[in-house]
Amino acid sequence: MSEKEALFSKKNLGLLSNPLNSDNPITVQVLGICSALAVTAQLKPAIVMAIAVTAVVAFANVIISLLRNTIPNRIRIIVQLVVIAALVILVDQVLKAFVYDVSKQLSVFVGLIITNCILMGRLEAFALGNKPWPSLLDGIGNGAGYGAILVIIGFFRELLGSGSLFGYKLIPESWYIANGGFYSNNGMMILPPMALITVGVIIWVQRSKNRKLIED
Amino acid sequence: MDRNSNVYTFIYASAMVILVAAVLSIAAFNLKPFQAKNIEIEKKQNILASVNIAANATNAEQIYNEKIVNSYVVNAKGEQVDGNAFTVDMKKERAKKVEDRALPVFECEIDGNIKYILPLYGAGLWGPIWGYISLDSDMNTIYGATFDHQGETPGLGAEIATKAFQEQFKGKTIFDNDGKLYSIIVAKSNETAPAEHKVDAISGGTITSKGLQSMVEEDLNAYKAFFNQKK
Repeated sequence: MSEKEALFSKKNLGLLSNPLNSDNPITVQVLGICSALAVTAQLKPAIVMAIAVTAVVAFANVIISLLRNTIPNRIRIIVQLVVIAALVILVDQVLKAFVYDVSKQLSVFVGLIITNCILMGRLEAFALGNKPWPSLLDGIGNGAGYGAILVIIGFFRELLGSGSLFGYKLIPESWYIANGGFYSNNGMMILPPMALITVGVIIWVQRSKNRKLIED
Repeated sequence: MDRNSNVYTFIYASAMVILVAAVLSIAAFNLKPFQAKNIEIEKKQNILASVNIAANATNAEQIYNEKIVNSYVVNAKGEQVDGNAFTVDMKKERAKKVEDRALPVFECEIDGNIKYILPLYGAGLWGPIWGYISLDSDMNTIYGATFDHQGETPGLGAEIATKAFQEQFKGKTIFDNDGKLYSIIVAKSNETAPAEHKVDAISGGTITSKGLQSMVEEDLNAYKAFFNQKK
């Protein structure tokens, strides 16, 4: 490359914005579904999980990108896994030391970031073949794309399943059947199958808006 | 050097593992004091929560020192034994036979009355659950209770850590009319139990609810002699 590429060239901005829509890790690539079902019964853990995954995938992308010319091909998956695991443990330890209440809220899900397919997917598909800066943008973009879906699912599940958001009751108590009203929370919403159906509805809506995504 | 040779691969793998291990050990070692402090503060917050005092991370220590006037360890016969009530590891005690257990008691003074706070420890669905329960000086009426868990399902079993669930315990009694220790029933809608001993279970969280019931029952039973002595 003779000419230096601008930091926020069109191509680089695309790395940030594509995962939010036409290249979304959950709704288009169908990665990271498991955690999208597990942590979205309430909105708050969904948001913290989104932030944690974004941080880990961005840093892991940069580290792997920096190492990309030294990694022996035969053990590259293991190298990626070690980098991810180390970062996740580090995040967990830091959360425990400085934001203990958030760490408690997430409990086992922080450890489960390691098993999130999006991380390995981005490292393998992008960071191994690209420079650190685009890798960082790609990591942030994918983390945000994942997070956006988590927040949408978390919003509907908590609202319809528990009648609250961030733990604050939104549905007036007098509406409930128990108090002589007409309304009842949909218990199905807090169970994982409804999260999968919510993901399906989001995919449906997205594809009807974005016709490019429809396969023949 | 050839990136695909065995020697390179081995050296690379070893160097990476040692480096990562070193970084993580240093991080864990340096963060340990902060984490230990957080756990201690949380424990104090929990103890205070069981007597319905809300404390945040910054004022928990101070309120704890003011309100908790006495703490000691008793055995299953109700006799006071040596030991520091605050540092008793409930997990280890629960593994022992009842006669060998160290049973911590915290005394809290509220408006001139002494409340007795007892720690609880048991099993939920995915992992341990624990909490504190406080009794009025009649050793029968529950003054307050707080529960926490390691990894119960959010929205289901994890609801034991919410105020709405814990509030139910206030004012319930643990002894029946014949003076027998009845404990508390965490009941589903089809179960019947006297209202003064009954709280509602969590829908979708049956195993956690029942785990909580047996935790309360077993731990209160260990204190039976102590209760009888104080009554």
